[in-house]
Amino acid sequence: MMILSGDPPRSRVLTLVLLVIILALAATPFLFPGAKALNVAAKICVFAALVASYDLLLGYTGTVSFAHTMFYGIGSYAIAIALYGMGPNWGAVATGIVVGLPLAALLALAIGLFSLRVAAIFFAMITLAVASAFQVLASQLSWLTGGEDGRSFQLPELLRPGTVLISKSVFGFEINGRILTFYLVFAISALMILVLLRVVNSPFGRVLQAIRENRFRAEALGFRTVFHLTYANCLAALVAAGAGILNALWLRYAGPDTSLSFSIMLDILLMVVIGGMGTIYGAIIGAAIFILAQNYLQSLMGVASKAASEAGLPLLPGLLHPDRWLLWLGLLFIASVYFFPTGVVGRLRHGGGDKSAGASH
Amino acid sequence: MTELAATDPLPKPKRDIAPILLPIALALLMIPLIGSPSTWLTLTAASLAMGMMIFIMASGLTLVFGLMDVLNFGHGAFIAVGAYVATLVFAPFVASVQADSLWVNLAVLAPAALLSMAVSGALGLVVERVLILPVYGQHLKQILMTTGGLIVAEQTLYALWGPQIIPMPLPTSLRGSFIFGDVAIAKYRVLATLIGLAVFIAIQLVLNRTKLGLLIRAGVENREMVEALGYRIRRLFLGVFMTGSALAGLGGVMWALYREQVHASMSDELTVLIFVVVIIGGLGSIGGCFIGAILVAMVANYGGFLVPKLALVSNILLMVAILMWRPRGLYAVTSR
Repeated sequence: MMILSGDPPRSRVLTLVLLVIILALAATPFLFPGAKALNVAAKICVFAALVASYDLLLGYTGTVSFAHTMFYGIGSYAIAIALYGMGPNWGAVATGIVVGLPLAALLALAIGLFSLRVAAIFFAMITLAVASAFQVLASQLSWLTGGEDGRSFQLPELLRPGTVLISKSVFGFEINGRILTFYLVFAISALMILVLLRVVNSPFGRVLQAIRENRFRAEALGFRTVFHLTYANCLAALVAAGAGILNALWLRYAGPDTSLSFSIMLDILLMVVIGGMGTIYGAIIGAAIFILAQNYLQSLMGVASKAASEAGLPLLPGLLHPDRWLLWLGLLFIASVYFFPTGVVGRLRHGGGDKSAGASH
Repeated sequence: MTELAATDPLPKPKRDIAPILLPIALALLMIPLIGSPSTWLTLTAASLAMGMMIFIMASGLTLVFGLMDVLNFGHGAFIAVGAYVATLVFAPFVASVQADSLWVNLAVLAPAALLSMAVSGALGLVVERVLILPVYGQHLKQILMTTGGLIVAEQTLYALWGPQIIPMPLPTSLRGSFIFGDVAIAKYRVLATLIGLAVFIAIQLVLNRTKLGLLIRAGVENREMVEALGYRIRRLFLGVFMTGSALAGLGGVMWALYREQVHASMSDELTVLIFVVVIIGGLGSIGGCFIGAILVAMVANYGGFLVPKLALVSNILLMVAILMWRPRGLYAVTSR
């Protein structure tokens, strides 16, 4: 209870699902051999933390930000540029963290103070504009960021796949640097999610929910809403940058497509909505469902598209083409906002047709 | 303050001309910085044309927000749809497009633009009914729903037309420039400026001289009061939404001709641009939107000429500067 900050999943099925996901993730290196499974598991971990941080904004304060990938990208690029420029050592990793996290927080502070002061409704639009400018900037400043190609880099010795920590003869499988990196990603993601759980269940988190439900009333009660919103924005940015750092460490690469593109922003939005806004646990479920579907359903679409084109059906091959995966995602997104505004977690907690929980304003 | 007699005309509202002077001042300020007057004239003409096109696209968005408090993140989709529909008309009439006669060219261009507007407007009807009606009054869900709509529209365009860039050549008679001494002004830019001005004047006339416009302006200011007087503001809103979508479609055609290419991703980049314009102008204000569009285009053109690197973030800087001056945009129309 302590570790969950007194906010258990509150549903037997949900607890079970979460346990299965977390245990499966933890045991991936042993249960599912192969690079792809490990990649998928690491991506789920990173995105669970990233989506949870977005949930702090969307689900708990009810503000829509389109700049979340920007913070994610800042984390990714900070570590990538540091490791690229300083070589593969721990000093570079530390430099990346020391530069990336404060930079993300400062930028979030600036955006928050500027746009939340003006009018809350502007926030979504301003974040969208700032994020797109940042994306252009990142691809143009190629001397620093590597432009469209991004930056590939080497990890410190300890985290490389070639480093064998415990040889195969001891447990029957090899524990190498890659697996150590995976557990690093897993542990830090879990830690960040637990911290977020702590934040939303603190008095501060309650104020955020009050702001979500009725900003004027929260203000009338004497809370400085701009301060709270900006603070939440900075916290979310910090965690997002943290997730970005993990992502770059895992991929050994940072580029516009993996860390800054608008489609990642859409993925995050979708994961929050599918999992359930305002629950934090929803992030884990949303990320797991989404990334599994992304990695394994896409090939299914390819098969369906081929079948449709062989059957000579018009249009369908184009619509089912694996590249059109976002189309179905968009439809799913609209349907879930409309029919399941509380997401999977909301459904499991309250059964069908409830009206509580979730942000509706 | 003197007392008004019953027969006295109502006092005129005070005109706020500072925002109008802003683009003029900016343009004049640039003369010494740019140096050559002919370059300055060319750049200014380019800014006007670009500003007009952006204005046409953004005008619907700002009215829709002002009137119904609906934030449509999918507005860019109408732009792309309009452009794609125009390519459908252009393709079978390549010969007429390439003919060196203004009238033959316009005979293709005008139906293409009208069809684009019709399709975008019809799409607007569907979007309003399907996506916006169920989440009416809920900002968060509106943003999510319309963002979803934007993805679906964009991906459908990809599925139907393929991911490649479609060339959209300018009709022959609109190519080239008018030359005055050493000043060259592209013909198409003149046309774009004229169309933009016509749209602006038409919108202003409808808003200020007709009963319909009176209701729209009243609705922007106080929706409940208009409803209480017995007008069905939902129907009015649907009309404004469809008109806005149609204008976005027209803007899409013009933008595609300006760039001479069509791609579904144009909806993304233009969405950002029109958001900046709408925020600068003040949500709900047509006049503000007009000035905002010209300002954005000026900053893009002058900035691109003077400090090309700055052009990347110039929009954001402009927005920050304007919002520092007037936190709710140039003209704050709505009470929200």
